[in-house]
Amino acid sequence: MSKSLKFLLGTALGLSVLAAPAFAEKLGLGRPALPAEIAAWDVAVLPDGTGLPEGSGDVATGDEVFAEKCATCHGDFAEGIDNWPVLAGGEGSLKDRRPVKTIGSYWPHLSTVWDYIHRSMPFGAAQTVTPDEAYAITAFLLYSNGIVEDDFVLSKENFTSITMPNADGFYPDDRAESEYATFSGEACMTDCAAEVKVTKRAVTLNVTPTDPDGRPAGTLPNPDPVVEAAVAEPAAPETTAETTTAAAGPDPALVEAGAKVFKKCAACHKVGEGAKNATGPMLNGILGRAAGTVEGFKYSKAMADAGAAGLVWSDENLHAYLSDPKGFVKRNKMSFAGLKSKDDIDAVIAYLESAGG
Amino acid sequence: MSGTENKGTSRRAVLRGGLAAGAGLAVAGAARAEGTPDPLITEVQDWASSFGDPVDATPYGMPIRFESQVVRRNVEWLTESPVSSINFTPIHALEGTITPQGCAFERHHSGAIELSKPDYRLMIDGLVETPLVFTYEDLTRFPRETRTAFCECAANGGMEWGGAQLEGCQFTQGMIHNMEYVGVPLRLLLEEAGVKPEGKWVYAEGADASSNGRSMPLEKAMDDVLVAFYANGEALRKEHGYPVRLVVPGFEGNMWVKWLRRIGVYDQAVESREETSKYTDLMPDGRARKWTWVMDAKSVITSPSPQAPIYHGKGPLVITGLAWSGHGKVTRVDVSLDGGKNWQEAELTGEAQSKALTRFRLNIDWDGSELLLQSRAVDETGYVQPTKDALRAIRGTNSVYHNNGIQTWWVHENGEVENVEVA
Repeated sequence: MSKSLKFLLGTALGLSVLAAPAFAEKLGLGRPALPAEIAAWDVAVLPDGTGLPEGSGDVATGDEVFAEKCATCHGDFAEGIDNWPVLAGGEGSLKDRRPVKTIGSYWPHLSTVWDYIHRSMPFGAAQTVTPDEAYAITAFLLYSNGIVEDDFVLSKENFTSITMPNADGFYPDDRAESEYATFSGEACMTDCAAEVKVTKRAVTLNVTPTDPDGRPAGTLPNPDPVVEAAVAEPAAPETTAETTTAAAGPDPALVEAGAKVFKKCAACHKVGEGAKNATGPMLNGILGRAAGTVEGFKYSKAMADAGAAGLVWSDENLHAYLSDPKGFVKRNKMSFAGLKSKDDIDAVIAYLESAGG
Repeated sequence: MSGTENKGTSRRAVLRGGLAAGAGLAVAGAARAEGTPDPLITEVQDWASSFGDPVDATPYGMPIRFESQVVRRNVEWLTESPVSSINFTPIHALEGTITPQGCAFERHHSGAIELSKPDYRLMIDGLVETPLVFTYEDLTRFPRETRTAFCECAANGGMEWGGAQLEGCQFTQGMIHNMEYVGVPLRLLLEEAGVKPEGKWVYAEGADASSNGRSMPLEKAMDDVLVAFYANGEALRKEHGYPVRLVVPGFEGNMWVKWLRRIGVYDQAVESREETSKYTDLMPDGRARKWTWVMDAKSVITSPSPQAPIYHGKGPLVITGLAWSGHGKVTRVDVSLDGGKNWQEAELTGEAQSKALTRFRLNIDWDGSELLLQSRAVDETGYVQPTKDALRAIRGTNSVYHNNGIQTWWVHENGEVENVEVA
């Protein structure tokens, strides 16, 4: 610690040179913490037992409380369900290819068990375990790990008499001594290896999340694609499901709201009895119609191609198109930025369905 | 949509089946007939004629929809519950060094909680002259410091100890972010309470259900630790600990306690769950290292990489990546194109900051042949980023944490990239 001491001294000296001594620098901010507040928040329990409250609990009670509050994740015998932590067993496995790190096989201090149960468990209902319950659960976990007998009672008084099996299994970071000399010095720049071969490939494991096209999730798209740009992504030809639900008729309130939204469209589009093509095609019968097929209207090549490729104005496709006309059918000629709100889109589609059948 | 020939095919099948030269990605750019005017230039586009969004459309903006793939992602099989889990920064898609808060990786032990400034309290107690309670406003009245620092989860790369496993640096090195923080030096708060001479350790815990408490030596707490409330110019986002988090430069991310609620001063380490059963490094002899706080020097090429393949074919290619060290500044980054046989020095951009991300680049003229790309960081202590095998020779494969080994990307002739290991 001599290095740390020197460091601390250095810091203090540096401060005192620059300004008045640290303790004279107080700003008078904050207020004294009250004993009841400290008791409420400072619940840490240390390896030497500091912080333990009065109380006790036995293995049998712990078994009951554990079954009630813990077993849904950790299992009746602390064996762990699915990927939830295994709390018992694993002794002697730490050198194995697949070590099992449990309270019994790995945890160095009993205080950690009590502290964590008391402050953070059960998962989703933290701070609901009473001190006596925490003693009891801890006693049960000691029993599950073969550290105590089934008649054991754990209390504040005998707490520090328990030594965990792996108490001596830890040592402070020694990388400075064990690694840094090996990993320092002049790095080789040329002819550092005679031959280099691929020895492992992640692709053989196939455990990476993927995008729908099978590539790693989040793969960046080609910023300069050369094909397909002119035609919309082909929409799956469906619609029957959506259009049959229409038989019940759209919600009148929604239709009314849609009539208001449609004002944004009405400058170019007509719908309803006798509607004719205008700047945009007339919209009667739009739901379920193939794109780009209203007679007498001159569509963009993009829209005509999209229709020929199978794009049908299903409810879903209309939603997509109205939220982003230029993105859904690239280079079509409708000069409308799209509707930002899904509610508006729902409404306007209901209106189109109602007014234009 | 990629527009490549492997659409609809599993990538695994494509990679394993072998790739014919010229197939796949490298065709891009070849199909536009020369001499044909580009309609994007010759035809008036809608955006050049009609209106864009008005100024009242987006009071607080999100990235444009064309960047929708640039998001945090998680790996479902890693954890049992997404509220005690981790996601990954899309570092393959970012440039520069600052990580936007909105896509910076998250690690929660009991979910990201919503804690308002009026409801916020910070307590300092334990071995101090006067245990104190601060409100958020109290904190804003202390002198502030600005510090840019990387925050790396100790388990970054942890899935790769047994060998190459995940495709993409988002998944293999993406438990990292780098932000510019503004906050109060923890030293000032400790001095306000007055640390008693027997106080040697500081224990920080959060207000969430996990509390995620961690101990650190008093000397670190008095050195460069910040009690931060701004990141990248704005308030911390909820998932990064709003309204107040701890910033512990160079130390593993688990110690950067979010929703900071209490600082306890002790004469010993608390030895909490997070610093005993977790965040300890199991060694081959069955014993474990504890208190492995500092993140050693590390680097990774972010592009090209499995999620950032080369679409443009041979010719000029920008190789770009990130390097960092918990011990100080990155002084050099070397790049190898042949799996570590030969190395060349990359260019570092900007002035390297201590314990913060540094961007490196190497511009090459790619001849279209296969590459085995690697990067190797060197920091100001002279530490040279080791190979994964060199780390395994000392630590085995069960230490979970602190995997800072050299990453290898196998770039294929068609521009696809995969995560491999070489020997």
